[in-house]
Amino acid sequence: MTAPLTARDRLALQWVGMVERWNSLPRASRLLIVLLLALLFYALPLLRPPILTTQQTDFGGIMFSSAALALVAVGLNIVIGYAGLLDLGYIGFYLVGAYTTGVLTSEHWHWPFFLVLPVAIAVTMLSGVLLGAPTLRVRGDYLAIVTLGFGEIIRLIVTNVEWLGAARGIKDIPHPPTIGPDPKPPFGEGGLFTIPHLSWNGLIPSLDENRGTRFLVFGAADAIPYYWLILTVLILVLVADKLVKNSRVGRAWEATREDEDAAELMGVPTFRFKLLAFAMGAAVGGLSGALFASSQGGYINPLSFPLLLSILFVAAVIVGGAGNRWGAVLGGVLVAYLPERFREFADFRLLVFGLALMILPVYRPQGLLPPARTIRARVAEREIELLEGGEDTGPTDDGLDGPEGPDGFGRTNSTGKVG
Amino acid sequence: MDFDFLINNFVGLTVTGLALGAIYALVALGYTMVYGVLQLINFAHSEVFMYGTFAVAWVFVFFHGKQADTQGLGSALPLLAVSLVAAMLLSAAIALLLERVAYRPVLKRNAPRLMALISAIGASFVLAEVMGLRNRFAGWFGLDDDLDNYVAKARDVYSNPVTIQPEGLFSIGDYAVKDVDVLVLGAALLMMVALDQFVRRTRFGRGIRAVAQDPESAALMGVNSTRVVQVTFLIGGLMAGAAATLYMIKIGATRQNAGFILGVKAFTAAVLGGIGNLRGALLGGLLLGVMENYGSALFGSEWKDVVAFVLLILILLVRPSGLLGESLGKARA
Amino acid sequence: MAERILEVDDVTLRFGGLTALDSVSLHIEEGEILGLIGPNGAGKTTCFNVITGVYTPTMGEVRFRGSSLVGLKKHQITRKGIARTFQNIRLFRSMTALENVLVGADANHSSGVLTALFRSPKHRREEADGHERGMDLLEFMGLAGRADELASNLSYGDQRRLEIARAMATQPALLCLDEPAAGFNPQEKAELMALIRRVRDRGYTVLLIEHDMRLVMGVTDRIVVLEFGKKIAEGTPADIRDNPAVIAAYLGVDEDAS
Repeated sequence: MTAPLTARDRLALQWVGMVERWNSLPRASRLLIVLLLALLFYALPLLRPPILTTQQTDFGGIMFSSAALALVAVGLNIVIGYAGLLDLGYIGFYLVGAYTTGVLTSEHWHWPFFLVLPVAIAVTMLSGVLLGAPTLRVRGDYLAIVTLGFGEIIRLIVTNVEWLGAARGIKDIPHPPTIGPDPKPPFGEGGLFTIPHLSWNGLIPSLDENRGTRFLVFGAADAIPYYWLILTVLILVLVADKLVKNSRVGRAWEATREDEDAAELMGVPTFRFKLLAFAMGAAVGGLSGALFASSQGGYINPLSFPLLLSILFVAAVIVGGAGNRWGAVLGGVLVAYLPERFREFADFRLLVFGLALMILPVYRPQGLLPPARTIRARVAEREIELLEGGEDTGPTDDGLDGPEGPDGFGRTNSTGKVG
Repeated sequence: MDFDFLINNFVGLTVTGLALGAIYALVALGYTMVYGVLQLINFAHSEVFMYGTFAVAWVFVFFHGKQADTQGLGSALPLLAVSLVAAMLLSAAIALLLERVAYRPVLKRNAPRLMALISAIGASFVLAEVMGLRNRFAGWFGLDDDLDNYVAKARDVYSNPVTIQPEGLFSIGDYAVKDVDVLVLGAALLMMVALDQFVRRTRFGRGIRAVAQDPESAALMGVNSTRVVQVTFLIGGLMAGAAATLYMIKIGATRQNAGFILGVKAFTAAVLGGIGNLRGALLGGLLLGVMENYGSALFGSEWKDVVAFVLLILILLVRPSGLLGESLGKARA
Repeated sequence: MAERILEVDDVTLRFGGLTALDSVSLHIEEGEILGLIGPNGAGKTTCFNVITGVYTPTMGEVRFRGSSLVGLKKHQITRKGIARTFQNIRLFRSMTALENVLVGADANHSSGVLTALFRSPKHRREEADGHERGMDLLEFMGLAGRADELASNLSYGDQRRLEIARAMATQPALLCLDEPAAGFNPQEKAELMALIRRVRDRGYTVLLIEHDMRLVMGVTDRIVVLEFGKKIAEGTPADIRDNPAVIAAYLGVDEDAS
């Protein structure tokens, strides 16, 4: 029962310490560090650091899909991590965003990209509300199957409705507008200037004369400008996520997740906030879908949105650590990046991924990067256990066992009692 | 909407729908029982079913050979009996393995419930991929030539060499009811009744109900909850194996990803009837099968799955805990 | 005579064949501490649940300041000015003490996603108000030093006090406490009694469920006694002490049993 503090606990404490030290840094130096880090991330596909860089597939493209999945995971984290709603059909929102973009920019109309983006977000939010309003009243686990059904219904609709392109999909979705002159091959590459890439000889970097990225041409040739675009969007969404999380809305989500009845009795209109979480999550999902639709290929079809991808989204959030936005970012990046990095084992990718998903819950039950407070709570619990070790637990301890509330996903002790 | 087609083929649609629904119901048991005992969505149960379907095809390849053939139900019956046993054994073994490898270690660590789901998703990937890469694994041991009939083209559709030709058994109106549908429906109902009696009447059944209602008290009363969980998985596996055999009789072919959609349907059936409720699984499965058939007739078969999920959402709106309510013994809040 | 803040009028609640409350009527006057007592299973917590909207009465009426509460949602009732604590502690365990209280304070706020995104003046005003009120309440409860501690890491007694602080943060006119002293030792109980009086002095009306007769007698102005879902007595502590029906109901029941 009571084990001494393990090496892992101590590591966790160190991590918490680091987080706290970070929080105590002056605002200006924190801002500076964040800016430098952001700059590093913007430059990453140009620097092409050894080991990290994928050799067999376009590194810029991998960076793009990693950032894109990170964005999706941050959105889904609002639904799963903050509000505790298990949404297995998030792909449906992604699809709605992508198809709204496809229909408005190519299939039926020719709207400009930056006008479509907000419309796609609005349409996706609306679909989130339409799905959530009837279904968010059902129990948590039922929501999982209902959302899974939604993801499948949406996919079947676009597969079967001719107006939406049916099985052939939608092509020629325009790229975001280029900054500077348009590329006119073979006479001009377009854009304002070329940013060279690095190449590495062992640990010695040199400028690569054959590779460069035109600033700023969105086209089929180079994924890096898309990476910059989606990284920018990701940063903006992360800031918005932080602002909302640290407000009445974020507190209401957390309270609802912890104990819905108690939250309701403390004046939280829980249904409205769950619906809001659904809508916010859907908005980010739709945004990612819209960006995906207008990325390199400019082509979407129903096969781009398998239900399996939806399961991967959920895996990204939980692997990273549900409830922590940085965990979601990490989870999204890992789920997108690792299979590409190890392409030489291509056939065994899913198998290894499955094994990883099985091992993780045993060794990191809270995810790779759980919220710092969760770590602190766990270590504190262990310390209390240690202090009480061997003693008969008095009557006062019964009260600590907490509520027999409805199905809060966040609670840690609701199923363990059977095992 | 093609009402004429629906009305003209009403009996046939109903009968085949019931047969399909019976298969859903048998698979749904694996979800509903595990949910009742552990409050977990047994995500990998679809793979338990999928392994059963392969067992059936393998048995036919082993005894009959790879050459294609068409037989009536009567002449295929002996091999079907063998494959039923094989499928039930293989599925049960996979289910027990799942419990041991994917669930117990996670639950023992008091991980959040979502983590058990992640482990189950991982196990589902692993099981499907192992099946889809079986030629590679056989190759590692130099067995790929010997086992060619069983492992070649591991990611393609794998068919039972013997196609079972349905024959009319009796008529309802103009419609000749096929022997295959009668067998599938009858076998499934028999299994369900047996299981229902098992849970209601035996000591183990009482243990399962006790753990489902209140694991802590059950443990205090001396119920071995680990054993109960194992038995639950075992039963789920056996039923999935039976479902796999019936599925192969009707459909005749499988694939490493054949479990996924069927699993989603079966889970839908479980929720439809009221998860945790055995009779609910039966009702939900049959209803789903029949409604899917009617829906295909009305709107076209490409809308079949949409009908299923819309039905689910509608029923949950009216009865939030399913048609018969949740219980594996008694309703819980 | 003070104004009646809450009236429970002839309320009956049935679950299937079981009658949990049988024509119960009671009222609470502005500024008083009303004790609700009775043996286990008498229907005290059920009565709370009817008042706070967890259950809808089968028959009868609950009025708060003259307007009916029947049919209102739980959070609407809270926002009207009734707050409660729970017999078995139900804090938001993974939130800090201060955040728990903030959730309560948010019952009076209305800022949402947009105001939070743009840090509007309203948002900042409400956040400041919540923090001020929250810290004030934590101080009042003696929890100010533990504001940033996770609720699950607080001691049992602190958790009980935090529940009261969270309920008070919703700025209720009527505060319903469901056995706040359960599991306390005599000294802690005495401290809690003093605390409840100070709560009343802050202008709250208090409805108190309590098992411990001594505590109830010491702190309440008036007492209502329930048994088997029926009201069997009502009056001042002195009246109740001598009431034969109450003595019969409690006969053989150890006062400190819990």
